Formats: sequence, C-alpha cells, structure tokens
Amino acid sequence: MKSRFGEYGGQYVPEVLVPALQELERAYEEARKDPAFQEELGRYNRHYGGRETPLYLARRLTERCGGARIYLKREDLCHGGAHKFNNVMGQALLARRMGKERIIAETGAGQHGTATAMAAAVLGLKAEIYMGRKDMARQRMNVFRMRLMGAEVHEVTNGSMLLKDAINEALRDWAGSVEHTHYLLGTVAGPHPYPSMVRDFQSVIGQEIRRQLQEAEGRTPDLLVACVGGGSNAIGTFHPFLEDESVRLLGAEAAGEGLHTEHHSASLTKGEVGVLQGCKSYLLQDEHGMIKEAHSLAPGLDYPGVGPEHSLLKDLGRAKYVGVTDAEALEAFVTLSRVEGIIPALESAHAVCAGMREASRMRKDEIVVITVSGRGDKDLETVFDMGVV
Amino acid sequence: MGRLEQRFEEVRREGRMALICYLMAGVPSPRSFVEMAAACLEGGADVLEVGVPFSDPVADGPVIQAAGVRALEQGVTPPQVLELVREVRKLTDKPLVLMGYYNPIFRMGEERFVENCLRAGADGLIVPDLPLHESASLRGTCSRQGLDLVQLSTPLTPEDRNRELVRATSGFLYLVTRTGVTGKETALGQELKRMVSRARSVDPAVPLAAGFGISRPEQVRAVGEAGADAAVVGSALVALTLNGCSPDRLREEVRRLAAACVPGR
Repeated sequence: MKSRFGEYGGQYVPEVLVPALQELERAYEEARKDPAFQEELGRYNRHYGGRETPLYLARRLTERCGGARIYLKREDLCHGGAHKFNNVMGQALLARRMGKERIIAETGAGQHGTATAMAAAVLGLKAEIYMGRKDMARQRMNVFRMRLMGAEVHEVTNGSMLLKDAINEALRDWAGSVEHTHYLLGTVAGPHPYPSMVRDFQSVIGQEIRRQLQEAEGRTPDLLVACVGGGSNAIGTFHPFLEDESVRLLGAEAAGEGLHTEHHSASLTKGEVGVLQGCKSYLLQDEHGMIKEAHSLAPGLDYPGVGPEHSLLKDLGRAKYVGVTDAEALEAFVTLSRVEGIIPALESAHAVCAGMREASRMRKDEIVVITVSGRGDKDLETVFDMGVV
Repeated sequence: MGRLEQRFEEVRREGRMALICYLMAGVPSPRSFVEMAAACLEGGADVLEVGVPFSDPVADGPVIQAAGVRALEQGVTPPQVLELVREVRKLTDKPLVLMGYYNPIFRMGEERFVENCLRAGADGLIVPDLPLHESASLRGTCSRQGLDLVQLSTPLTPEDRNRELVRATSGFLYLVTRTGVTGKETALGQELKRMVSRARSVDPAVPLAAGFGISRPEQVRAVGEAGADAAVVGSALVALTLNGCSPDRLREEVRRLAAACVPGR
C-alpha cells in the first residue's frame, strides 16, 4: 500500500507505534482481499447499519435554488445517525480479526464515538472514547448515548479541549496499550494506513451514489459536495469519481466567524503544509509550527489539520475547497429543515450551504449531489440556544 | 570526535554510567531555566537534554505536557530555545541535546534548523515523532552538518528494525524502557537487559541510554545493572522546576541521581 499521496501523508509517529501500524496495514491488506471479511462487513452494513442509504431528489430545495437538480445522499439515515458507521464497522471487525479486545477512539461531535460504542456493543468489544471537555459540554446527548451503550468516555482537559486534543490523548493511550488495543481513528487523517483504510471503508458512499444516480438519471453527477473536517465523508463521496473528469468535486470547510478572522477551521483554504498527528498535510499553524486552535460551530469540523489525500486533490486542482461560515451553515440548517423536513448535522449544513450556492448558479439540466453526512439531533441544544426557533 | 562520543568514552573510562538530565526550555521562566540547567550540570549531569516546547506533544505524559504549556504561555519559540541553548553553552563543555517534535523543525526548514542548532552549541537532536523510515532527509542533513540524530528503540521494536536503528543512530541509542508516554512508572530489569544485549550484539560501540519513567536513584542503579551506558531522567526533574524548587534543591536531586550512576555507591 502506498503510504503517501504526493508529498502528503506518511507515518510521523513515535517509534513505539510503528510495529502496530505495520501490523494493522498487513491485517487490513489481508482482510480487504478476504471474501469472508467483505461479506461479513456487507451483512453488517445492510442489516445493522441500514445501508444502502437513500439518494433523494430534493425537489423543494431544487426549486428554491432555481438551478441544478439537487440530490441528497442520506448518510444521516445510517445507524447511529452519521456516515461514521461505515468506517467504524470495518475497523471494529478488523480489530476483532486481529484479536484486539479493546478499542479506543477520539471523538469531536460525538458521532464517531457513538458509532464506536455501537460497534463495540454489537461485537462484544470494550470501548473507551476520548472527548474534549468543550465537546462533551456541547454534545451532551452523544456522551449519554456512548455511555448507555457501554463505552467509557474520558474527558480530555488538555490544550484546546477539542477534537485535536482528544486524538493526542488517544495516541498516548495507544502508545502504552498497543499490544492488546486497536486505535479506531475516525477520519482520513493520522498515520498511514488510516488515510487509505478509512477512505476505502467510506467509499461505499460514492459507490452507492454512482449506482443510484445511474438508476435514477442514467448518468453521473456534474457536482459532488461534502463537508470537510478531517475529510472522511468527503473522500468517501469523491473517491469513486476521481477518474470521472466531468464530475466536479467541492469540499466545504468551516469558515467559522469568517476566513479573514482567526476563528475558523479552513486548513485547506488558509493553512500551510506541516506535520500533525502522524501525517503531512495542510495545517493551521503559526510561523513557528505551533498548531493553532480551530473554530467552528460544528464540533466535527473544528480540526486544524485535514486528511492528506485532500491536500493532494487541492494541489492537483481535482477538488475545490470553499469556506462556509457558522452563520451561513446555520441558515442552511434551518432551510433544509423547513424546506425538506430533514434536520442535518451542523457539519453537513456546511455542505448543504455550499451545494445550494453552486446549484443556483448551474443549469437546470445539471445534477448536484450533496452528502448529508449526519443528522442534526445532536445539535438541537446548540441551535436553540442561539435563538433560531 | 563529537562531544557526545567523547563524553561517553570518558564516562566509560571512569567505570560508571552517564546521567542524562532533561529540562524543558524556558521553564520555570526563560531566565531561571539557565540557572536550572547550570544546577543540573553542577550536580553531575553528563548530558543535558533540552525540550523544545510544542503545542501537541503526543509522546509526553502530563508533567512534560504541563511544562510545554508553561513555556508556550511565556512565548518561548524555537528560536528562543536556541538562544537559551547558546546561554547554557557558555557555561559548559558537556554535550547538549535538543528534544523536539518534527513540525517546528519542518517549519523552520531542516537545513536551517540543524545549522542553527550547531551555531547555538547543540550537539545532538532527538525527534520523538520522526521514526526511522521518515527520518532519511533529516539524517542526511544532520550527518552532513555534524549534528548527532538520536534514534529510539522500544521493547516492541522487532529485531530487524532494531538492527537498522542501532546502525542509523548517531551519538547514542535511546532505549525506551517501556511502552507509553514519558513520566510514568517503568519496569526495569529483564526487559532492559534484553534490549541492551540485543543492541550490543549489533554494534557494541554504540552508547545506550535508557529512559522514560526513570525518576529515583534506585531505578538509575537498576539501569546501570542492566548494562546501559546512561540513564535519562526527565519528568521527575521537570516536575521540580514546575513546582518552584530552587536551583540548590535541583542540584541536590541531580547529585543523588549521579551518585547512583557509580557502581557500588
């Protein structure tokens, strides 16, 4: 397996983790080619996860934008309420195959932690989740869900007390527990083989879009839109279409309070190349290479790095990345709720905003697919507190 | 001959083990750091390791993390760390080794960083998040310019990789005495003996320094008994500097540790 995407990616970890990453790569290579593993994963995806998820033609949203036809890829209907399930189920089955009885994970919004807790419960594994104190406060329901399903949730009080710091703590745990523990990383960042492996598990999103749109419209889309924090639902949406030159790819990053401010998470749009948590990629950092705190209303997007494959796609110009502010995302959150009766996660609302913007500039015979990566139940408290309803 | 090689030779001739002390640059404050460094050296440290504070120190436990936060809060940047090393260099001929994460090095540029280290009077560099297979470029730069780049081997490192690490390291080989992060209790004894003998079987000349979780004189003695050439004490000393101890108190502590480096004492 290639460990790099152009100059990006790699394996920048303490030496103590190297044997475990090599073991993981070997195990994944074997599992990937093993029909029994793929069949079991397929079975869980179908009967437990609720895949495939619908590809839904959003007529009223299309009308409202007045341009391209808008389809929504409903990852919010996946078990657990987000696309996180796709990767978690794959890795949890892999952990069991490797004989690891304990899994650890980081979580920002709590969606990855929730999916990890689910998978651990259904496979009889022990799960421990690291979560920043600030995220625990703003995503209380997910903390409760994880605990209800039997996972232990550790509060992380270091640094910015957000997703990045939860990953640091998980890596520290892993350095001391690596012999019997699998680190179930939730996004396409981190050291090799995570960016490739997580992408493969998430590519089910794009594969289904291709098949479903072929059935509905007899063709490929003109534009795919997804939100990008670490970038897993976006790469899962984009990857099966990388070779289709007619399909434009658009990633929506969190512009927070605005790209001109210090308060955003737009690593690709505003960051510079560096090394964080195992991989080389675009990062928000200062002149001395210290990592900056990321900001977004959406807890799943406020990561100062991004998956290395996105960095390459940006450099190649194959995908474009734009910023969507907190305020714009909130507006899209409300719009989708009112126009289609679908409450998206605040993360996904960034993609909805960027997709609506593009669709309104496109011809009526063109097709946009927006991946709604998760549902917004977890964000209701945040949104109510802002006095939206 | 580099200062590290020279120092390890001298220590071997004296029939004892070397003591490597780690302090976080700029802690408790940039000015007092130099006094603390002096106290360590006077107390009997053979090598001083200087931590470069980083925002995301994934290989470090709570004490060194807290020290990094303290340093960063006081605005200590990599160029300032090099300034502090220059100050310490004025006080001593003993080897000085920087320990810092890769991103600040990458950011400054490998060539420039190494050049600045040498100019400040540093002799070696440890980069805990740059494993052997990612370090080819920095190793090249270091060996060209004459800075020792120290590799780390762990109890989980397979034989063939350990062999590569022994051959690739420069200055000394850092034996991580257990899995996990810095500062937690360590289990010495048989495991360390095994690590020492497997490194020696590759190249008996490479000095071996054991570290991670060594805080008390009896642990230092155990490292000596396992046959290592040096013991590294970090978190225990950093904790003292964080808790406002005086240079005298630190010097005393280092003296106790240094005494444990001499067999029979």
